[in-house]
Amino acid sequence: MFRRLPDAGEARLAVTIDGKPARARAGDSVAATLLAAGVDHCRTTPVSGAPRAPYCMMGVCFECLVTIDGVGNRQGCMVPVEDGMAIEIQHGRREIER
Amino acid sequence: MSGTADLRDSYDVAVIGAGPAGMVAAAICAGAGLSTVLLDEQAAPGGQIYRAVGETPVRRPAVLGNDYWHGERLVRALRASTAHYVPGATVWSLSREREIGVSIAGGARLVQARRVIIATGALERPFPIPGWTLPGVMTAGAAQILLKSSGMIPQGRTVLAGSGPLLWLLAWQYLNAGAKLDAILDTTPRANRKAAWPHAAAFLLSPYFRKGLRLLLSVRRRVRVVAEVGDLRAEGEGKLQTVAYRVGDGVETRLSADILLLHQGVVPNVNLAMSVGIAHRWDEDQLCWTPVVDGFGGTAVDGVAIAGDGAGIAGAWAAEERGKLAALAAVRALKPDARREQLPDEMQVRLALAQVERGRLFLDRLYRPADRFRLPEGDTLVCRCEEVSARQIVETVALGCTGPNQMKAFLRCGMGPCQGRLCGLTVTELIARARGVSPAEVGRYRLRPPVKPITLGELAVLPKSEAAIKAVVRG
Ligand SMILES: Cc1cc2nc3c(=O)[nH]c(=O)nc-3n(C[C@H](O)[C@@H](O)[C@H](O)COP(=O)(O)OP(=O)(O)OC[C@H]3O[C@@H](n4cnc5c(N)ncnc54)[C@H](O)[C@@H]3O)c2cc1C
Ligand code: FES
Repeated sequence: MFRRLPDAGEARLAVTIDGKPARARAGDSVAATLLAAGVDHCRTTPVSGAPRAPYCMMGVCFECLVTIDGVGNRQGCMVPVEDGMAIEIQHGRREIER
Repeated sequence: MSGTADLRDSYDVAVIGAGPAGMVAAAICAGAGLSTVLLDEQAAPGGQIYRAVGETPVRRPAVLGNDYWHGERLVRALRASTAHYVPGATVWSLSREREIGVSIAGGARLVQARRVIIATGALERPFPIPGWTLPGVMTAGAAQILLKSSGMIPQGRTVLAGSGPLLWLLAWQYLNAGAKLDAILDTTPRANRKAAWPHAAAFLLSPYFRKGLRLLLSVRRRVRVVAEVGDLRAEGEGKLQTVAYRVGDGVETRLSADILLLHQGVVPNVNLAMSVGIAHRWDEDQLCWTPVVDGFGGTAVDGVAIAGDGAGIAGAWAAEERGKLAALAAVRALKPDARREQLPDEMQVRLALAQVERGRLFLDRLYRPADRFRLPEGDTLVCRCEEVSARQIVETVALGCTGPNQMKAFLRCGMGPCQGRLCGLTVTELIARARGVSPAEVGRYRLRPPVKPITLGELAVLPKSEAAIKAVVRG
């Protein structure tokens, strides 16, 4: 869906998305990392199970909720990506805080 | 990055939000010798317009344009001041006693301030059309954030739809960056031109006029623009595949698309201001809630002011001037003996503000979003979190539900994680229309702290002051 500008710097960080290796650029948010990796949705809704992807990228809509390093309901667009992060798509309802 | 440990327990001035308004306000207060903290949840200063200005991976300056790079000056002035700027700091509560609840890197803290300047800016207005929840549909602002912060541009068939300056700005920036745009579907109603016309003369004198015109023409030369789109839908199985639209009431056209970027203006981000009990009025020109403030951004809550687009949409240049005024008021109250050379001249600021606010009414009227795109019908989702449709809301009004807070109990709308940020305006306007009364009469979701999610772990480390307990016990 999105690509990086050719001169926008290298994606040097290594993360996993649902266990599969992916690359990320320092300075990106987790949500941007997912979009750059071509992930088409980052969660399914608790009510109907519909797939959702980041919508506002600024912390308003909460569509970007993902599990990061085992902690659920993290707002992917507000969390800077870090080397070694394990990012997981979130399915349905998560307990509000684990 | 600063951690909670670097924070002092109290400051003379706390500024919330590091956009143009907040950066300028913090630098002035600090320059006058007041201990000043600037809290912002982003990783770098800049706010929305100047997001990531110090660290954007977009290398060619021409891509984002001169107005964007102006932000560097504000960031430099902030860094050169003694203001304590704290990135990654999410403010989740503000009490009338000016105690601020803030989370930094997973730790929560309370900070006391003698004056608070809220500079939390604006949000994009909801754009509830059928299919707007499909992956592949996002806001133009979101796409612009991906460009500024990550140097990312769309890949695949891309359609922009909606109305307002930001939509055109994004198109222009994308074209500068080498992105290919398939179409711009302009939803500005034809009748708006007539309504805006009486204010055109004022707009001709606005600094936005020439820039705006140049930008518009430059985009129109390079992209197919469809005017007067009166009906818009996103369709697809599990993700966006088709954008369907009608010009006026004409036949439907269908475009294959991978990305649809929606925008119909911005509205003040009022959560923090509302939660502390600042009065808000329904603004019929801008179709949103606007806090009631005086000429310095001051509010009826003692010591709390609002600066920038959070006090009513007026744009980034106005935000800077309004930041100066809020800072002046704070300095006068806390340090009446501050040397005048350290402060901006009030008359000059007011003149500059009048200059950049000129013609705002023209923009408000011209880009007033059509009823059809603010007041959805049928199965179109209004509350994305709890998946509540327009029909459900209208039917619940018929059952006797008169306001948004009651609606929560019936339908859970506004009770998901976004706390009604995204559906609040739509729900108010839908109820108002169904009841045949004004949005002012219907009212809005009651907002209580925490206005941003905070984890139990973060709370556990907080001292149990009364304000802290009040802040987290939800009503
Ligand atoms: C997505 C988006 C993109 C925009 N892009 C442009 C543009 O390119 N050009 C233009 O002319 N106008 C743009 N605007 C309009 C914008 O409102 C500008 O006029 C300008 O940024 C307003 O400045 P401000 O200082 O009032 O607030 P902002 O610049 O919006 O800054 C507000 C800051 O407050 C922070 N904040 C908000 N809530 C909290 C909280 N609870 N805790 C901590 N921090 C918080 C935010 O992270 C943000 O950094 C955009 C608006 C949006 C919503
Ligand atoms: S994408 Fe909207 S909150 Fe993250």
